[in-house]
Amino acid sequence: MTSDTKTGMFSHKKLERNVTLLGLCALGAVAIGGIVEIAPLFWIDSTVEKVEGMRPYTPLELTGRNIYMREGCYVCHSQMIRPFRDEVERYGAYSLAAESMYDHPFQWGSKRTGPDLARVGGRYSDEWHRAHLKDPRSVVPESIMPPYAFLAGRSVKAGDMSAHLTALSRVGVPYTDEAIKAADADLMGQADPNADGAALKQRYPKAQVRDFDGNPAKVTEMDAIVAYLQMLGTLVDRQKAQAHEQPR
Amino acid sequence: MTENKRIDEPTGTQTVGHEWDGIEELDTPMPRWWVFTFWGTIVWALAYIVLYPAIPMVNSATQGVWNWSSRGQFEQELQAEAVRRAPITSALAAIPVEQLAGDERLYQAAVEGGRAAFKVHCVQCHGSGAAGSAGYPNLNDDDWLWGGDMPAIHYTLTNGIRQPDHDETRFSQMPAFAGVLSNGEIDAVTSYVRSLSGLEKASPKSATGAALFSNNCASCHGVDGKGLREFGAPNLTDGIWLYGGDKASLTTTVNNARYGVMPRWNNRLDPVTIKMLAAYVHSLGGGEANPAPAATPVPDPAKVASNVKP
Repeated sequence: MTSDTKTGMFSHKKLERNVTLLGLCALGAVAIGGIVEIAPLFWIDSTVEKVEGMRPYTPLELTGRNIYMREGCYVCHSQMIRPFRDEVERYGAYSLAAESMYDHPFQWGSKRTGPDLARVGGRYSDEWHRAHLKDPRSVVPESIMPPYAFLAGRSVKAGDMSAHLTALSRVGVPYTDEAIKAADADLMGQADPNADGAALKQRYPKAQVRDFDGNPAKVTEMDAIVAYLQMLGTLVDRQKAQAHEQPR
Repeated sequence: MTENKRIDEPTGTQTVGHEWDGIEELDTPMPRWWVFTFWGTIVWALAYIVLYPAIPMVNSATQGVWNWSSRGQFEQELQAEAVRRAPITSALAAIPVEQLAGDERLYQAAVEGGRAAFKVHCVQCHGSGAAGSAGYPNLNDDDWLWGGDMPAIHYTLTNGIRQPDHDETRFSQMPAFAGVLSNGEIDAVTSYVRSLSGLEKASPKSATGAALFSNNCASCHGVDGKGLREFGAPNLTDGIWLYGGDKASLTTTVNNARYGVMPRWNNRLDPVTIKMLAAYVHSLGGGEANPAPAATPVPDPAKVASNVKP
């Protein structure tokens, strides 16, 4: 028998007959749940460990990311390597919070029908990615991934990249004014093998400038998605990052 | 309503003590197991808060007296596994790759380790049975572009093929013949190349192609078309085609050339894993004996010529 039926310091009888008291106590109970969920977001900046090398996405990578979301890649592919031995041996060093701090929204995912992609960058050649996206079974016979050959035929739309970067900068992604101004040119320049990528690389360190889709004549969605895949997980040097995260 | 608790006779349970028009409410106690579970969860939660990281603070959560962290546990698991594997891995690290095949027990361990690593890192291109696909070589046969003895495979794995950021990488560049040769000449050369493996009968066209071949192609593919591993130039006489031996594929190859790439694994995998992969690939069926003299990563052409399949 519990104490709440007894009269004493606390009585349900009193609570149930006093609507003001009931309202205040209900508010208190609900507020606990709200504070626990909301309050940590206010000091999230201080809980995300600092690592070197993170930079915002280049306009082309950002376009690739948008295609990744549009096609629902996150439904089958996660981007979150958990600190377990089996995952680290298969996918590479475990993911850090800082590695998705410029993701709006993040692509951690919750289902791995296909493999994790958090560190897929540089793991395969551009040609492999093209063959695999056009016809997954041509390189992985067991694959059940749908083909995305149409990406190679769709040109990337320039024109609204500056607005896109501005919107992201409003939610805390540190795009400089210069980067926002040059966004449309950067979008096209990163996939142009003849372009001088120096300015782009200065704005976005470690950016890879080349023709990603094997068709230098135009910038397609295939360029964008391959550029995005090829940079995933390549920004942070995990050897150097080790020092920041000594296990307790 | 007055406090009028009493024991209800038919059920033997106490009443709450109030009644409306003769209707009374029983105060049935909670089942004992439920009450114990309820208090048990509270005790569990308090113990958890004390032992494990629980309450979020400004910079991190409270640490808990056990100082547990998922990363710490991960590191411990890694270390435990490293210790468990240490006898094999240290032996593998010490043995030169040329002598690995001589140590039967170590070689078997390396093949099994390589089999696991192959499934993680190599199957995406070479296929789960290592049979390759268009553009990605079959590793089961004894046709090798860059050499199929253990040191050569090990060198290819370590340094990759055509990796732009790496000086030791395997590198060669076939010229693209579009614009160098006319369409008719390329047609003749492809006919000659196809005739080498019996895909086409010798004809006046292939005879024209033979002359063009000896002027443009023989320096890398050899006068007899049997290839040179020094340049990763494929053997054109064996009927094994990386990019296809039909007329259209060959014409594309001669027009544009092909530059297949393979990652270098020395910046991704540890040396022991690379050694195990070399042993596994070597064991698949096409592995060749070590080059006779001291191990040179690039076999000399004379040796290669004697290795080529009939």
